[in-house]
Amino acid sequence: MRLFLLIAIAVAAAVFFGARLIGNDYVFFAGYTVLQFVVLATAWNILGGYTGYVNFGSAAFFAMGAYATVALHKFPALIDSTFPEALAPLLRAIFPLPIPALIVIGGIVSGVVGLGMGYLTLRLRGAFFAIATLALAVVLQTLIVNWDYVGGSRGAYIIRPGEIALIGPYIQYLFLLMLALAVIAIAIARGIERSQLGYGFATIRDDELAAEASGVPTLKLKLIATALSGALMGMAGAPFPYYIGYLQPSSAFGLEYAVNSIAMPMIGGTTSWVGPLIGAILLGSLQQYVTVTISSSVNVLVVGLLLIVFVIVAPNGIVGLVQGHLRGRKK
Amino acid sequence: MTAPALLEVAGLGKRFGGFVALDGIDLAVAEGERVGLIGPNGSGKSTLVNCICGTLHNETGSVRFAGEAVDGLTTHERTRRGMARSFQLPRPFTTLTVAENLRVPLLYTVNARAGTHLTAAELDARCAELLGLVALADKASKLPRDLTQVEMRKLELARAMAAEPKLLIADESMAGLSQSEVDDIVSLLIRLNERGVTIVLIEHIMRAVMQFSQRLVVLVSGRKLADGKPTDVIRDPEVERAYLGQ
Amino acid sequence: MVGISFDLVINALIAGILLGGFYAAVTLGVSISFGILDIVNIAHPAFIILGSYIAYILNAQFGIDPIVVSILMMPVFYLLGAGVYQVYHEAFERRGQESLRGLSFFFGLLFVTEVILILVFGVDYRYVEAWYIGPSWRLGVMDFPLRMLVPCVTALALFGALELFLSRTFVGRAISAVAQDQLALRLMAADPIRIKRIAFGISIATTAVAGALLIIIQPVEPSVGREYIGRVFAICVLGGLGSLPGTVIGAMLLGILESFTATFYGPSWAPAVAFGVLLLTLAFRPAGLLGR
Repeated sequence: MRLFLLIAIAVAAAVFFGARLIGNDYVFFAGYTVLQFVVLATAWNILGGYTGYVNFGSAAFFAMGAYATVALHKFPALIDSTFPEALAPLLRAIFPLPIPALIVIGGIVSGVVGLGMGYLTLRLRGAFFAIATLALAVVLQTLIVNWDYVGGSRGAYIIRPGEIALIGPYIQYLFLLMLALAVIAIAIARGIERSQLGYGFATIRDDELAAEASGVPTLKLKLIATALSGALMGMAGAPFPYYIGYLQPSSAFGLEYAVNSIAMPMIGGTTSWVGPLIGAILLGSLQQYVTVTISSSVNVLVVGLLLIVFVIVAPNGIVGLVQGHLRGRKK
Repeated sequence: MTAPALLEVAGLGKRFGGFVALDGIDLAVAEGERVGLIGPNGSGKSTLVNCICGTLHNETGSVRFAGEAVDGLTTHERTRRGMARSFQLPRPFTTLTVAENLRVPLLYTVNARAGTHLTAAELDARCAELLGLVALADKASKLPRDLTQVEMRKLELARAMAAEPKLLIADESMAGLSQSEVDDIVSLLIRLNERGVTIVLIEHIMRAVMQFSQRLVVLVSGRKLADGKPTDVIRDPEVERAYLGQ
Repeated sequence: MVGISFDLVINALIAGILLGGFYAAVTLGVSISFGILDIVNIAHPAFIILGSYIAYILNAQFGIDPIVVSILMMPVFYLLGAGVYQVYHEAFERRGQESLRGLSFFFGLLFVTEVILILVFGVDYRYVEAWYIGPSWRLGVMDFPLRMLVPCVTALALFGALELFLSRTFVGRAISAVAQDQLALRLMAADPIRIKRIAFGISIATTAVAGALLIIIQPVEPSVGREYIGRVFAICVLGGLGSLPGTVIGAMLLGILESFTATFYGPSWAPAVAFGVLLLTLAFRPAGLLGR
């Protein structure tokens, strides 16, 4: 694991400095989106690919992280009116919170909600859990739209600082944070795969009844997967308001998050951490290209069609195709 | 029975909608016993096992194991307390190798018991031992889909044994085996029993059942028809009529 | 609130019942595909929206009444459903991979349908015109908007027809049986796969009607389908899987709940009601009110 982390950090550093060399900030904007998808796809796969429980509401967890940030960003305005004077200087010193703190908070909020929802629905069939996640996204969006403090349907503005010390343009800072988050997510996924927890997840996916009969505490493991997956998605969402500058519920809860979180691991391959990474990079880059050259609706259509095709034709994704090809050649 | 009862099933009832699958089953299995359970297809044998192990929830009646009421416990909790079962239709973990299939109960049941901590080497050793017992050692790194039906049944049994149970319920583990393979499994189970494992054997192969059982229970249409010495039970005219006469 | 007026309550109740009737039409198909066939077709709302748009086109171009359109479209949707089931069966059911991949397949269908509709029609709201959209039938203080009453009556007729079909015809009874005992069905010389295909086809055929009713009740744009996923499964679970009468009762209950929520708390909270109902039902009585 240590070696893997070393290599991962080295690759990440190479990516970051390579991007700086290109000298065009657009690379960072586009790259941020792709990295965001790496985190979302990896997070989704921890629950969907490893345990077999499908989450259709990735947008909800992502948006919760984003709106936690918005809520906290607006907090300083309330300090004078809500808190006693003695506390004001202390609060002003803490707020606004730095983004890494917001990431942690976003993760906690989404993780807790994931845990709660899982507790209610994971004792039932996987299909009910999947449906509940879909409904969760709709309900959460309804709640946010009705919550004026974070802007409601009008949206919220987050002014992004122009520059930051040591790095330069703020977007590069955001890119670096998302890069770090991607490394963390992949490291977690890989760590789980090789651990006892990974075995447990696999048994749940393969045959939950037999898993229980073999002593696997399936509910507990499913809750861990759901909370972890949700938390990572929330963490990916936390910096989003700073990235986009103006956050509306329709963009935070956008359908492209739900579809991509599923399509990228399913197309890349769900059985290992490599699949979501490949899927995110390939599909993410493809989408950046299509959005710019054709349109963003066609872009999302292409992803949906690819999902359907791959699910029917290549159920183990690109990783599965490569593995099958390699095995075929050995014979 | 002089030995204390390990498993006590009292008045167990299970319905599926309007269909009564089990109607007030009473069953006691003493520690160290070898019990055979027979009955026609659809008589409720697997349903009974499912209720005992917690996979299905019985509406009436109770199950006690090692003196403790287990009715509210989940299946994995019951497994950790020492109940293990094999499934009638094998349910292997399809994306794990044969050896990994055996590791799961070792990791999640044996290692989870208080006071036990197996090292990696010990885990490997036990895996290898189990594979040897069911003659699957050469298939250790294969996936279940590469196994024959017979091999899958052996894997199913080995996986149940891997949980180091006090009570092992073997559900039709011998279907499709050759005569010598049947004998092998029977002697394996008897050896296991001699090491202290209480065993309930559900089977259709009468030869194996008679060879193995110290006590024979007959289940027909969700009711217990007979419960006693094997030689007495098979001579019981009701049993003959309901099951053996076929 | 100083004294809730009786008018408000009784009309919220009526609106709820009429809405519930419509919800029943939306859910009957899922009662078959999920309740009986155990196929989680979350793309069901997508077919409904498709039905709405077809009703819109034929109504706008030729002035045909939307309900007539839907009846004409039922055979087409039936064939569509049969085709989708065939793909689903070949790709997933046979390989035993229904859960993850089957769900993703239907999700993909849901999604692709919505996006294609956006590309073709844009995100503007579309509506139909018919003589019963607009006028209301007044009975004392009770107000029966015809644009709600007609769909409700149609939905109940659809329910009646389906219930008769399932209980009186050979195919219908085979469909009810296929959920329980495929072997027995085979012994009766009925091919379970064919029976399931017919059932799924019928389930999609109902969406042609539901779609027309939807666009009568409210203007439609492509993303409206997503609101209905929660509702549809909430009703199915509440009513009890596989029970058609249960579905109707569940639909009425949800309709009334939503109507009261909209009247007294505001319409923007309505989507949350279905989810709340779903969660509560799953938590406390997963078998539903009339479930097996």
